[in-house]
Amino acid sequence: MKQFSVINTRLPRIDAHAKVTGDAQYAADLSMPNMLYGALLQSPFAHAKILNIDISKTKRLVGVKDIITAKEAGLIKYGVSPARYDETLFCDKKVRYIGDEIAAVAAVDIETALEAVSLIKVDYEPLPVILNVFDAIKEGAPAIHDDFPNNICAEVHQEFGNVEEGFKQSDYIRTDKFVNKKQDGAFLEPQACIAVYDLNENLTLYTSTQSPHYVQRTVAMVLNIPIGKIRVVQPYVGGGFGPKAAANSIELSACLLSKRTGRPVKMGFTREQVFLHSRGRHQFYHELTTGVKKDGTIVALKNTCYLDGGAYASFGIATVYYAGSLLGGPYKLANMKYDGYRVYTNKPACGAQRGHGGVVARAAWEQQLDIIAEELGMDPIEFRLKNIMQRGDVTCNDLNMSSLGMRESLEAVRDGSGWVRKKGKLPKGKGIGVACGFFVSGAGYPIYRSETFHSTAMIKLSEDGGTVDLFTAAAEIGQGSDTILSMIAAEALGVRFEDVKIHSGNTDFGVDLGAYSSRQTLMSGHAVKQAAENVKQQVLEVLSKKLNTPLEDMDIKDGLIIFKKGPVDCSSLKASYIKEHRGWAKFPTESQLTFQEAARIAYLEKGVIVGSGAYKPGELGGKYKGAAVGTSPAYGCSAQIVEVTVDMETGEVTVDNMTDAHDCGLAINRMNVEGQMQGSLSMGLGEALFEEVKFDKKGKIENPTLGEYRIPTALDMPNVNTIIIESNEPNGPFGAKEVGEGAIMPTIPAILNAIYDATGVRIKELPVTAERIYHALKEKEKGKE
Amino acid sequence: MKQIIILTVNNKVYEIAVAPNRTLTQVLREDLNLTGTKEGCGIGDCGACAVIMDGRPVNSCLVLAVQANGSDITTIEGIAEREKLHPVQQAFVEHGAIQCGFCTSGMIISAKSLLDKKPKPSELEIREAISGNLCRCTGYQKIVEAIMDASQKMKK
Ligand code: FES
Ligand code: FES
Repeated sequence: MKQFSVINTRLPRIDAHAKVTGDAQYAADLSMPNMLYGALLQSPFAHAKILNIDISKTKRLVGVKDIITAKEAGLIKYGVSPARYDETLFCDKKVRYIGDEIAAVAAVDIETALEAVSLIKVDYEPLPVILNVFDAIKEGAPAIHDDFPNNICAEVHQEFGNVEEGFKQSDYIRTDKFVNKKQDGAFLEPQACIAVYDLNENLTLYTSTQSPHYVQRTVAMVLNIPIGKIRVVQPYVGGGFGPKAAANSIELSACLLSKRTGRPVKMGFTREQVFLHSRGRHQFYHELTTGVKKDGTIVALKNTCYLDGGAYASFGIATVYYAGSLLGGPYKLANMKYDGYRVYTNKPACGAQRGHGGVVARAAWEQQLDIIAEELGMDPIEFRLKNIMQRGDVTCNDLNMSSLGMRESLEAVRDGSGWVRKKGKLPKGKGIGVACGFFVSGAGYPIYRSETFHSTAMIKLSEDGGTVDLFTAAAEIGQGSDTILSMIAAEALGVRFEDVKIHSGNTDFGVDLGAYSSRQTLMSGHAVKQAAENVKQQVLEVLSKKLNTPLEDMDIKDGLIIFKKGPVDCSSLKASYIKEHRGWAKFPTESQLTFQEAARIAYLEKGVIVGSGAYKPGELGGKYKGAAVGTSPAYGCSAQIVEVTVDMETGEVTVDNMTDAHDCGLAINRMNVEGQMQGSLSMGLGEALFEEVKFDKKGKIENPTLGEYRIPTALDMPNVNTIIIESNEPNGPFGAKEVGEGAIMPTIPAILNAIYDATGVRIKELPVTAERIYHALKEKEKGKE
Repeated sequence: MKQIIILTVNNKVYEIAVAPNRTLTQVLREDLNLTGTKEGCGIGDCGACAVIMDGRPVNSCLVLAVQANGSDITTIEGIAEREKLHPVQQAFVEHGAIQCGFCTSGMIISAKSLLDKKPKPSELEIREAISGNLCRCTGYQKIVEAIMDASQKMKK
């Protein structure tokens, strides 16, 4: 018998039909009667004092309904980590980046709102602009935030084992530097929202977010409204990848404007404003020193990193920790030291983006490991396999690999890509490279300190027993959580997938921290599974009483009641269901007792059948400072092999083939797992080869469009040989864990290593443009002469 | 000054008064409530707003509504035949060619236009046809697979 009926299949997404027909509504698609339109006034200076704000002209413009500045909004500080609340809704005394918010206006239409904003007169006194990490930390540099005189937003100093001792034991030590560029999330849907403050003083915010829960808390705090009066509802969301995981200025502005005017207020970012709001990948400057023994054993790693954080903290406290902690695996490493500094600059704030904090560290290290393998005369895969961790291993920074198909993944890509045939045997200009990586399956702790459950879920059965309503505050942002959670509910309860109706992304449905840190399959999945089991138990209890059959002898599967010890006479129950059934659709025809019949009987006995579930991680490792970032109930891992062609004249890189093996625990939906893998690789390819947010000398973004900020198109991305590795994660629901972020970890370094194999040059600065390779090739030739 | 224009959208004729600076995207979404057409950039970079205009795929954010006067337009809402999905739509569902769905309308418009012109395209031709449609979620592979499958099914 098949172990599972619903999960571990390739079912089409639950929202597929709505999305292919154009029916699916996103925040910008919504409108309300009597709605006003909001617009923001943003700073044209990267660093300046605000001397005066004059709104008199704006007030006189016909159609303007409200104008808010710091005076009206107040100066309550917010942000992501409570330890670094450093933003106010509007700037009061100074602006810190081009795009910093100064005021918002609500008007009868968008044209009027935009005109109104342009009529606000602000007097500025420009201050020196700091655009570089190393300028920011120089003695005497102007402070961007008064509370942080040296512009260091956060620093981390950790040592596990003894790195100096480790280097003494090493036969070979090398140091490399590595730097990337600021990356943009570049999700296709710009943020948009509508706030509705009603006569009963209840606020509803429809918004394009990854975390209704965090938005609800921030709105409550900043606008001083009780949490219970605020409902955050997430319509369909057009991607997030991290930057949508915290409250933004239009959400807060729309709420305040709606509260003040008593009318619905709609706001949205233009694409340029998406770039200004940013909160995407930081720029990281890594310096890594690694010590190994002659036989290839990795002994010690020293990692120093400076992060260009932009003007505000956002998720940056977590980022600076992740940039260290995520090198603890997947190789056995006894000694690791990390010094990280996240620095304020006058640029848009950086935050979390797919592979949060770990992607660039991983790229830097996996390239360095490749160099080391070569120096030692070892095959890069043999070298990695020699050091690889496996299930049950614990890293030196106390991350517990409760399941880890890392070896299996690496062997799978080796065998699936023809590595042995190709490595070292490709003609000049063609190359092959490998890398590994891993990622958390949900942050072990919420971003605010709390004993809160991370996910709750509720299931209600319809009175006819035919429909299972699943309520969760989990956030479907495109990754497929609605589908996954519905599948988990169906499997755990024993009904068909199509019997489950999911209601998600709404703070009225419970608590869920949202879609970030690859947490929902594991965490929301646990809560949903528990709720389903609870409901199942309630239905079976009633049956047990009615049929005088022990509960343990019954089960529910595929929508039918199973009697494990042979048939039980259910005719009386069936007869009473049929009596009840008058006028309803779909008269039951099965001879067996169905779940629907049983659920109706249970309803008649007990009233509405409702079950709930709640999840928070159990005891996690790490007692040291910062252990909260990196510890997780489980870790997914990935290995990749990439083949490239490099034009040796121009330096142009083409990625020809990618092979990716990812251990996602049990794959709930194999098609979704593949989709997450392919999407991750595509974002990694973009960051490796062309993505870079560029700034001019004044701190203005030079390329705030999807034309000039280039992300991969269908012509850049090759087909991926996608291999799913299934370990059984003991801490995951049905053994499942993450796939959405681990899969991006090896992409950049695998490309870099392939480029080296093709050209003989090592590029240590992203993106690897043709120009960069061209110059490196020229340098190399010069060296030879 | 507003101007009266006539548009045939998904086989229905509309007479609409539009300001000269309004784009076709805005008129479809705001005046006709056809919100299936998405706006990802507003300046012709992403393809989310693609519609078929007089038989050709266009980015509707680059077309002024007044320029579209008299033309015949198909949006994503007009692709399915009543309850039955178009083979391209069906293939997108079955192949998992959708994640967030924000690019999906434009992708399907581009794919359908391609198959109308060229029923049996090569993989490269498919990739070229959708190269103006950005997708940040899928890595394109399942979209390409879906379009190939649809092309095979449509031939039969
Ligand atoms: S919205 Fe028209 S191309 Fe992006
Ligand atoms: S599915 Fe999200 S952009 Fe394509």
